[in-house]
Amino acid sequence: MIEVALRHRFGQGWGAARRAGFALDAAFAVPAAGVTALFGPSGCGKSTILAAVAGLLRPQAGRVAIGGEVLLDTATRAFVPPERRRCGLVFQDARLFPHLSVETNLRYGLRRAPRGAAGPDMAEVVMLLGIGHLLHRRPAGLSGGERQRVALGRALLSRPRLLLMDEPLAALDAARRAEVLPFLARLRDAAGLPILYVTHALDEVDALADQMVLLEEGRVLAAGPVEALTARTDLAPLAGRRDAGVLLPCVVGDAADGLRLLEFAGGALLTTAQPGPPGTRLRVRIRARDVAVATEEPRGLSTRNILPVTIAAIDAAGEAGEVFLRLAAGPTTLLARVTRDSVARLALRPGLPVWALIKAVTFDHRAPPATPWEVPACPG
Amino acid sequence: MAVRLSLEVAARSVLVSLLPAVGIAWLLARGRFPGRMLLDALVHLPLVVPPVVVGWGLLMLFGVRGPIGAPLQDWFGIRLVFTTEGAALATAVMSFPLIVRAVRLGLENVDPGLEAAARTLGAGPLDRFVTVTLPLMSPGILAGAVTAFAAGLGEFGAVITFASNIPGETQTLPLAIYAATQTPGGEAVAARLALVSFALAVAGLLLAEAIARHLGRLLGRGA
Repeated sequence: MIEVALRHRFGQGWGAARRAGFALDAAFAVPAAGVTALFGPSGCGKSTILAAVAGLLRPQAGRVAIGGEVLLDTATRAFVPPERRRCGLVFQDARLFPHLSVETNLRYGLRRAPRGAAGPDMAEVVMLLGIGHLLHRRPAGLSGGERQRVALGRALLSRPRLLLMDEPLAALDAARRAEVLPFLARLRDAAGLPILYVTHALDEVDALADQMVLLEEGRVLAAGPVEALTARTDLAPLAGRRDAGVLLPCVVGDAADGLRLLEFAGGALLTTAQPGPPGTRLRVRIRARDVAVATEEPRGLSTRNILPVTIAAIDAAGEAGEVFLRLAAGPTTLLARVTRDSVARLALRPGLPVWALIKAVTFDHRAPPATPWEVPACPG
Repeated sequence: MAVRLSLEVAARSVLVSLLPAVGIAWLLARGRFPGRMLLDALVHLPLVVPPVVVGWGLLMLFGVRGPIGAPLQDWFGIRLVFTTEGAALATAVMSFPLIVRAVRLGLENVDPGLEAAARTLGAGPLDRFVTVTLPLMSPGILAGAVTAFAAGLGEFGAVITFASNIPGETQTLPLAIYAATQTPGGEAVAARLALVSFALAVAGLLLAEAIARHLGRLLGRGA
């Protein structure tokens, strides 16, 4: 487990993260495996948490432990300095050493890794991140995306037991993000390291994360598996967004007529996308605004993805005049965003069997290429 | 002769003051301790106090009967007053604030984020300093050394007070020029030495610029 409990108040003191009156009071425990996203709006304290885990910030009170080993405990005055924590940190701004070549940058952590620490070697990392052609260049000559890939490699080569990423894509434009994201997914799959990933971009959570810790104003709102959290409508930072929706684990099924079947627990979707051979596991995001409901089985409709579901609950949406319908398709929950007017007109109520019309899904591949992209579920 | 002596004195003064200057600059830029302002003021004192007063102060401290000069003389047989070493010491004290200022500026240009990055990669304090901080602040150190060297070539008041004006021993370039102007018919010598002094200053500036450019490229700026 990765256990983090922190209390810190930024006052008039020193430090870059100084914000008058900002108080962090967050605690969570997540499995020490896979990717855990620390998700929340800017200024919610997620980067501060990461700095405290790395040891770069000493909180006024708190405890940090990885796999039972205590890195920080203000109660017993235990403090392992950052250089001995073996937490690789990838910064938003890469922070490559400007006076060293790419190769020397990469070797910086490797040379200081403890003997016997397991991890990928130079050749593997260079291959994984596709940075072989950059080795003799200097950081100043690299693009933002290349810099971030080198920074990933450098952190990975320091043979950390935990990889920390502080919005590694936030400083990049859309094209560079799309360039780096697949490498992040590959790294996640290849390195087998637990990763704490700070972001305020939901698509990065969808693409990478297994667990999510939802933060708001220095507090933890919720923590748990991504799929479980995205289906909750009581979490304002998720539900208040236009792209609120559920994340659905799927398996690619058979193909017919150029269409692919995506099977999930409780149903299947047809798609025109080619997400990979049958058996491929992936996640799709079905946004609440892309789901409509009908009280009778629709006929003569171009939409092919029409699922029989049952209304499980009606939740208030972030916006007045709209609600979320919580739809049960077997064990799977879908969300639909409809107007209160529709609820009244169709006499929608919990327990009512209805038909869910799914207009679009957003893909997130678990296997490379991991770039999420959006296609109509089935234009019909 | 005065030219060679001047170069020697200036070089020795830079060598002596470089290491303490880096240390003091570190304390001033990164240190958080009471008395930091006092240290800052103390370091800058030679800039505002008349050089003759600095020389007099050195004479009091390092004179053969001074609190530092006496033990040096008795235990090690080292005498600083009226020697080349003494001239170098006086020059070093005078140019010390210049080096500290430049080194401190160079240090303040080093992004602490890079040192934090080195930390997370497993580098301890000394390791970080040697592999990250020092190379990145080297332009500042170099600028300080060159400025101090150039200023050291011209130091007059403190040297003549503390080390006197002994040809071949403590008579540096400005002292020689001064002596020449005091000698009847010495105008030609003074003019020649003044020209040399001017040439040395320009050469120093050009050299500093060239090295700074090279370092800048090495450090990946403006690539």
